[in-house]
Amino acid sequence: MRLEPIPNPSLARRLGLPAAALVATVVVASLLALLAGANPLAVLGQIVTGAVGSKFALLETLNRATPLIFTGLAVAVAFKAKLWNIGAEAQLYAGAIVAVLLGTGAVPSPFVLPVTAVFAMLAGALVLLGPALLKTRLGVDEVVTTLLFNFIMLLFVSYLLEGPMKDPMGMGWPKSEALLKEARLPRIAEGLRLHWGFVLAMIAAVVVYVIERRTSFGFEMRAVGSNFGAARFAGVPVNRVLIQTALLSGGLAALAGWSEVAGLKGHLSQDLSPGFGYTGIIVAMLALLNPLAVIGTAIFVAGIFVGSDAMSRAAGVPTYIADMLLASALLFMVLAILLTKMRVVRG
Amino acid sequence: MSDILEILLSASFWAAVIRIAAPLVLATMGELICERAGVLNLGIEGIMVIGAFTGWLAVYQGMPLWGGVGVAMSAGMLFGLLHATLTVPFGLSQHVVGLGVTLLATSTSSFAYRLALPEVTSPPKIEPFQPLDLPILSDLPFLGEVFFTQTAFTWFAFGSAVLVALVLFRTPLGLAVRAAGENPSAVEAQGLSVTGLRMGAVIFGSGLMAMGGAFLTLSAFSSFFFEMVNGRGWICVALVVFGAWMPGKAVLGAILFAAFDALQIRLQQTPLGADLPYQVFLMAPYVLSILALILMSRRAEVPAALMTPYNKGER
Repeated sequence: MRLEPIPNPSLARRLGLPAAALVATVVVASLLALLAGANPLAVLGQIVTGAVGSKFALLETLNRATPLIFTGLAVAVAFKAKLWNIGAEAQLYAGAIVAVLLGTGAVPSPFVLPVTAVFAMLAGALVLLGPALLKTRLGVDEVVTTLLFNFIMLLFVSYLLEGPMKDPMGMGWPKSEALLKEARLPRIAEGLRLHWGFVLAMIAAVVVYVIERRTSFGFEMRAVGSNFGAARFAGVPVNRVLIQTALLSGGLAALAGWSEVAGLKGHLSQDLSPGFGYTGIIVAMLALLNPLAVIGTAIFVAGIFVGSDAMSRAAGVPTYIADMLLASALLFMVLAILLTKMRVVRG
Repeated sequence: MSDILEILLSASFWAAVIRIAAPLVLATMGELICERAGVLNLGIEGIMVIGAFTGWLAVYQGMPLWGGVGVAMSAGMLFGLLHATLTVPFGLSQHVVGLGVTLLATSTSSFAYRLALPEVTSPPKIEPFQPLDLPILSDLPFLGEVFFTQTAFTWFAFGSAVLVALVLFRTPLGLAVRAAGENPSAVEAQGLSVTGLRMGAVIFGSGLMAMGGAFLTLSAFSSFFFEMVNGRGWICVALVVFGAWMPGKAVLGAILFAAFDALQIRLQQTPLGADLPYQVFLMAPYVLSILALILMSRRAEVPAALMTPYNKGER
């Protein structure tokens, strides 16, 4: 078999195939439910109600979506330029560390939120700058270096929480001191369990969209990603563009950690992120790397996680079903998107 | 300094080096075969997890140890087939598919573990591979302890590396696989199928990775933990680069790496270990891998068609 481009894919093909990918994911979910000895329809229903079935559930989903929008944007930006940043997890923790360092009394209170946000972004950008420089200067593959940095950063956080940043009142629990009240992101409305981080994440998505589509940097970034050789030939400073992309991507991922600390948890702990950095890859790919679509896919992915947690408590199907579904959705979707543009022919 | 010297001169240290290197050797060979054929396999981390889990589960359910190794290999090959189908004939991004396969294999292991053992709190143990007791050889001073108190699985791991090297560099099949990663159109001109060669390499390589994972549960730790692979797959990807895509150098890399790993574990018990936070020692393997990549960056001979999908119709 080989692949042949389709000159003008029909609308039915362009909508039908991604829809088929979603259906395939639902089929996988049903099979897994059957394997676990549960009723598939009940399981699917409980995932949906658990995710969006009540005001409480919906707000929980939006809270969970907030860091995923940031990490999804970080990945979308980087992958657009074919910079394989798999290290959003490390950059997230860099942002979280800064939020605690500066948010516990180091900065005078009226400025504390913007200051911690800016320095968190700087920290995240710096974490990705290393692998990006290694790539542009020495040709070291960034996939492996960014992945390895995740492990190094988690150990660094563990060291900080048991050493210099340990909360003396933490009763031996490895967590940091709590942020000052002024350093915390307020809730959107009194009594509503949703913080301003969600709004900021949506604003970030719009900003990234504008940068990508309306600035010359965004144009260069897309040029480098779609055809490296041609971009270089056309005089695009490819290395500079890759470095700038890395700084933007690292900064965005760091905001995920910053907003989790400042908006939700109020302190740093080792379990701050249950893999938000890695899940950001799924969010970005499902959004086809479109920054605005990242908002929607982040909410979708967050819904699967929150819904599966609720379902697991009720139906007893292991909560890891969420990760399996998202991995399947990712693989089905990349295949479906390819088949909207190419067809398989014999020979 | 004298602490380090004392460690380096002890037989138990070198026995540990070989033990730590064995799973890395298996998985690194698996990745090397994939990359030699032109496919970067980032499914390695997850495939090691599924190998560790399925191998352990099979033995826990009553299979013999080598049966468990076979089950692990088959599970790895199944995920290899998934990876190969998506990346070779369909030519999808090897980065995205690889990470997707890692995520799928890892979550499948966790899901299946919870299904198989819903109520356990501490992971059940199996009876793992035992050190071989060879007459005369095992009683040799120093060398006996280093080489001849290893398990059969360890021998198997190093033996498979020799086999991989022989097949890759001494047989027509190996030549064809390497050519598929260097110059696929030339392979096709010879009447061979690039798709077939690449898919075969990815599937077989994934089987080796899964056996590397199974080494952890069947020969090293005797239980399965969710986080047990802990980045070893990514380290193996780095070891392939460090070994410049040559099996012999990659094995040396794995041994060197294992030596540093064994050293850091022992240094934690010395006065130096009391002065430094233990996290510094745990970071060492990852930092070393990055340093190795930097060191080799200018020298490595990357397979020319690595990460380039091949589609017959295109020129």
